[in-house]
Amino acid sequence: MRLQDGAELTGLPAVEAKNVTKTFGAGPDAVVALDNVSVTIGQNEFFTLLGPSGCGKTTLLRLTAGFEMPTAGSILLEGHEVAHLPPFKRPVNTVFQSYALFPHLTVAQNIGFGLKMLGRKRKVIDEAVTEMLKLVRMEPMRNRKVHQLSGGQQQRVALARALAPQPKVLLLDEPLSALDLKLRKEMQIELKRLQHETGITFIFVTHDQEEALTMSDRVAVMSRGKILQIGTPTEIYEHPVDRFVADFIGETNFIEAEVTQRIGNKGEIRLPSGIEVPRELGQHVAVGGKVTLAIRPERIDLVRPGADCHLAGKVENIVYFGTDTHFHIDLDSGGDVTVRVQNRRGHQDVLKMGDAVGLRIAPEAMQVLKD
Amino acid sequence: MATETADTPSAPQPVSTASAVSSAAAASDAIERRAVVKRWLLSAPALVVIIGCGLMPLLIIFAYSWTKPAEYAGVIWHFQPDAWINVLFQEDLFSDALSPNWAYYSIYLRSILIALQTTMLALIIGFPTAYFIATREERSRNAWLFLITIPFWSNLLIRIYAIMMIIRDEGYLNHALLAIGAIDQPLPIIFTNYALSYGLIYAYLPLMVLPLYASLEKLDFRLVEAGYDLYASRFKVLWHVIIPLVKPGIVAGSILVFIPAIGDYIIAQILGGGKRMMLGNLIAQQFGTARNWPQGSALALTLMAVVMLALVFYATKSQRKRAA
Repeated sequence: MRLQDGAELTGLPAVEAKNVTKTFGAGPDAVVALDNVSVTIGQNEFFTLLGPSGCGKTTLLRLTAGFEMPTAGSILLEGHEVAHLPPFKRPVNTVFQSYALFPHLTVAQNIGFGLKMLGRKRKVIDEAVTEMLKLVRMEPMRNRKVHQLSGGQQQRVALARALAPQPKVLLLDEPLSALDLKLRKEMQIELKRLQHETGITFIFVTHDQEEALTMSDRVAVMSRGKILQIGTPTEIYEHPVDRFVADFIGETNFIEAEVTQRIGNKGEIRLPSGIEVPRELGQHVAVGGKVTLAIRPERIDLVRPGADCHLAGKVENIVYFGTDTHFHIDLDSGGDVTVRVQNRRGHQDVLKMGDAVGLRIAPEAMQVLKD
Repeated sequence: MATETADTPSAPQPVSTASAVSSAAAASDAIERRAVVKRWLLSAPALVVIIGCGLMPLLIIFAYSWTKPAEYAGVIWHFQPDAWINVLFQEDLFSDALSPNWAYYSIYLRSILIALQTTMLALIIGFPTAYFIATREERSRNAWLFLITIPFWSNLLIRIYAIMMIIRDEGYLNHALLAIGAIDQPLPIIFTNYALSYGLIYAYLPLMVLPLYASLEKLDFRLVEAGYDLYASRFKVLWHVIIPLVKPGIVAGSILVFIPAIGDYIIAQILGGGKRMMLGNLIAQQFGTARNWPQGSALALTLMAVVMLALVFYATKSQRKRAA
């Protein structure tokens, strides 16, 4: 199995979903939440399931936890089939979106709950609780009740509670969505640290693409019950396989182009401006076929209009963002693109609305999409 | 506080200001008085009901309990603590010596035990029922609750008589069992402790189910999921998560069942045949055949005191637990 950076995985994968399908309801009202999904997650990976709400990412997490049973397919934990096991027999713990801390117990009792249910000795539980409180930096809160904690503190307790039984895999169901921005950023770093320190495999569910990119070893982008692409954040961002992934992750410009030549995998495509550029092509496009190019706004350079430009247009709008400036360009060939320029030396002062500009794009920044 | 004193001028106030202040004070006094009157007027209906239907009868009963019984019912207004002494002790007919009133003790004990047993069984039957309803779809829950409350639509007496018709020796149950050959002579069910328990549970089960449902319906089932996730089996989730969380409902239901059960009269009279006396029957007997109103009054107040003591005991216990 290949993981990021081409590293070969040794040993068994932490989680393996094979052809998993999950249908809710029956008959004409049936909803397919997961449609023949397969994914392999390695040991110690920070793996993120990313997608819009209703894409099936939470369902896949709940199937792994055991709250739902798959309609078809199998789920393996370190090589053992667990699809039929109830949640309390799986060495997997969940951090819930709502935290779901027990309101009738103290912080320490919440954290020790899993170990107590496993029948551990009181001394063992106490030691584990102390260690966990230290890990999430909540030592002074040991005897507080849950309702006496702030949202961020509850989040930490929820994490400690799920980590205390030392699960093989930790499942995190949008755990940061209830926190405000600043706290969320803190917790992102905290989560990375915890994953690093504990060495436990994290499966993280989120609809926040930025969160996914910054935290994950690998990301699976999901839509409508299917996994569209699995890869490292760089792969997903730089080489999106289709329009959905390109559009969902970050900002993207889509430009239609035509294939004019093709020799093996290499070929040439003609941009709307008539300029032809060499590009690697997939199997699915023939000469004369249309392709969509995805180009990131920061990969386009604004230059003086001229023969060496790939595209040309007029500045329609300028939006200043502090760190960078977004230029909305009306293309002469129709359509528009967004260009992001880092604010280093004040390009924003040079260009004014209505100015004619040329656009230069490195060929490797033009990602040919599947459809 | 300190800034306030600093802002207030300590110099003598001009006279005009002082009089303005006093008239303003008078006005606010009037407003205050009117608010008080309004408050009393608004609470008057409730006060009339509480005083007229609750406090007055209690005071009358209390007064009766210190009097002498008249020969043909009623009381003679002559102070006499005998009724209260008889609650615990028995006076020897000839020597005036006091000895423990064992006959009454056994009635008290039976009442308490039967009420406790009824409460326990109602909880055991009521909990799964309430859980079942609370976990149905929202639309069907109301239908189930409706079914639970239907028995309240008819009089308790009639329902208890109906049960009697079913379980008596010549009743439908025995007829049916005889007909299918399961037994060759009628089962003696009526006038047993079983019949009494059955009647009590039947009558008061809805009072257990409804508060339990109210608690279970509010239960966050994500916490149940969290329990399963943290290696708690179904039984452990019930014991360590669900029961602690719905405890207020369990307590409310238990109180609502225990109180009417311990003071029950009708069911013990009809299904227990009056042979197995409960406190309620004893009290009724004092006002009826025994024509000893003071005794009945003292016993009624004793029953009330027992119930209140039980409640106070529970309240202080749970409060201490919460403080801990």
